[in-house]
Amino acid sequence: MYQFDWSSIPGALPYLWQGMARTLQITVTAIIVGILLGTVIAVLRLSKNSILSSLAALYVNGFRSIPLVMVLLWFYLLVPSVISKIMGQPHMDIRLLSAFVAFSLFEASYYAEIIRAGIQSISKGQVSAGLALGMNSGQTMRLIILPQAFRRMTPLLLTQAVILFQDTSLVYVIGLAEFFGVAYNTGNRDGTLVELLLFAGAVYLVICLSASTLVRILQRRLAP
Amino acid sequence: MISIKNISKWYGDFHVLKDCSTEVNKGEVVVVCGPSGSGKSTLIKCVNGLEVFQKGEILVDGVSVGARGTKLSKLRARVGMVFQHFELFPHLRVIDNLCVAQLKVLGRSKAEATEKGLKLLDMVGLQAHTQKFPAQLSGGQQQRVAIARALAMDPIAMLFDEPTSALDPEMIKEVLDVMVKLAQEGMTMMVVTHEMGFAKQVADRVIFMDNGQIVEDRLKTDFFSKPGTDRAQQFLSKILSH
Amino acid sequence: MPILAAGLDWSIFFQPAFDGSGNYLRFLFVGFQWTLFVAVTGWIIAFVVGSIVGVFRTLPGRVLPTLGTVYVEVFRNIPLLVQLFLWYFVFPDIVPHLGTWFKQSLNPLLQQFLAGALCLGFFTAARVAEQVRSGINSLGAGQRAAGLALGFNIPQVYRIVLLPVAYRIIIPTLTSEFLNIIKNSAVASTIGLIELSRQSQQLGEFTAHWYESFIAVTLLYGIINVTVMTISRFVEKFTRLPGYVGGK
Repeated sequence: MYQFDWSSIPGALPYLWQGMARTLQITVTAIIVGILLGTVIAVLRLSKNSILSSLAALYVNGFRSIPLVMVLLWFYLLVPSVISKIMGQPHMDIRLLSAFVAFSLFEASYYAEIIRAGIQSISKGQVSAGLALGMNSGQTMRLIILPQAFRRMTPLLLTQAVILFQDTSLVYVIGLAEFFGVAYNTGNRDGTLVELLLFAGAVYLVICLSASTLVRILQRRLAP
Repeated sequence: MISIKNISKWYGDFHVLKDCSTEVNKGEVVVVCGPSGSGKSTLIKCVNGLEVFQKGEILVDGVSVGARGTKLSKLRARVGMVFQHFELFPHLRVIDNLCVAQLKVLGRSKAEATEKGLKLLDMVGLQAHTQKFPAQLSGGQQQRVAIARALAMDPIAMLFDEPTSALDPEMIKEVLDVMVKLAQEGMTMMVVTHEMGFAKQVADRVIFMDNGQIVEDRLKTDFFSKPGTDRAQQFLSKILSH
Repeated sequence: MPILAAGLDWSIFFQPAFDGSGNYLRFLFVGFQWTLFVAVTGWIIAFVVGSIVGVFRTLPGRVLPTLGTVYVEVFRNIPLLVQLFLWYFVFPDIVPHLGTWFKQSLNPLLQQFLAGALCLGFFTAARVAEQVRSGINSLGAGQRAAGLALGFNIPQVYRIVLLPVAYRIIIPTLTSEFLNIIKNSAVASTIGLIELSRQSQQLGEFTAHWYESFIAVTLLYGIINVTVMTISRFVEKFTRLPGYVGGK
């Protein structure tokens, strides 16, 4: 019978907490940039201009056909060299910056698909009504379509955010320590890897389960 | 044959069936009508155990539907059901729709099952369509296949849950014709329907349900000539006016 | 270093690999094989377990549906990487007989492979379960009722009536889950499995030709993607029922 030794957890809590803060930093940045950029890409994808829509399609299909691990490795390769050319030495930890960029661009492709589906689910009659009132297509998109699409897509956007929160653990591959990384390193160092991994799993389970339950409640409130 | 005694059913707090009792004797054709939400579909689904009831008893050929020891699958093999939306199995050809239950439930041989299936398809006028898939048939044709599928099990009684409600008007007659023929051959039938022409033609009795209760349960001739409750009269006038 | 094809040295793929296994092209090919191997094994587990859990969630009664829900919620709310580490580091230490067998009787590569396949399998099974559940539910209650009314028992209803049609409906979503497993297999690189992304990292580390390595591997993932999608379209066409357009 395995002898559980939970003793290294209490002492590590401050560091685990810092790690969680870092996890949240990455998650929130990627959500905000991801949704903004994703909206632009979704709109471009639906544009009548075939060059723009093909570029947008290329972006989305490109990011969605390779593993997130590769995306992280790619940006950890590209970002330092690009940054050093543009602004010399950055103030921020280069791994963190690479993670920000990688996650934001990657998530944008997933958000773009969700938002595109949302936009297409709004009936064409709405566009016609807007145009008939004298608005141009930009205004109809901004004032009529997007607000409705977002309302409809909110549960899906939030679910994707929960997935993103879990995916941040992958920054392990570029040596960046967020919550999971700290848990692993602590366990490895103290010889209590089993306990720390179980602890990390439990924490994620509680957070994500609560978040998805809240999303489900929200979904029921929003649905007519 | 079918004995419904004091059936009550609740969906949560909603009292869907209120102390319903009636009998369908061997060879009888009983039509159940009433406004939507009156519980008529629910009642008929209780007869073969597709819906459960909290109070009362239903006996089908002496077997108690709600009793703990009753093997429902065996009971259902002896009672045929035809659904509003036909419910043919879309991944099986017409002939296979007719044979699959004969093979897997009754254990008949493939030759026996196929022979029976072809005979029944002939009886409903669809012998040309044995190899087709359900989605390739019209609604009326699908429903006739569905009736044949139920008959292939050699049932002692047939239950019909609004068999023509999902059909385009021009296809209703072809299905009713099959049902009339069935009735004339002496099948015990319980039919939930709005088709009063059918009732006038072959029904022995008509049951009128409203709000979960059996309001009227009378001989056909009485039902249509001598008015009973106001509620039934209102309903009839609305239906018969078109 | 600018990313111009002209500025890159593509000959490194023909140079001998550091581990003596042949040239680097072969080195990457080994990675490709292990990616497919762990993904396909994981997929088999995912399909079987996912179908069972999905069916559980649609059964009448309380116990089995609840078990199904618990499974799905647990495996969907723990990150993939954490699950992998739990399989690789925790399971061998905690589970009495199987765990010691895993630790002592298997060579490292097999340990990594098995942990990877089990992790991918059970993780993806939760998603497959949701597809199967939604496929069955999209058929409506009528098909189940029709099957029961003919006298089928519950296993027969699933086997003969529900599952054959449900699986046809979810072929596109199942394909996308299979593609996900292939992409997710990259996390196994963290425990040392020599799949494609790990090989690309090793290649970069030993030759310092990172761009060439990453470009080649990215292209390979893209090719796998396109191939699987094409095969899926054939499967869809082959199993299509004449006239039928999805569930009600």
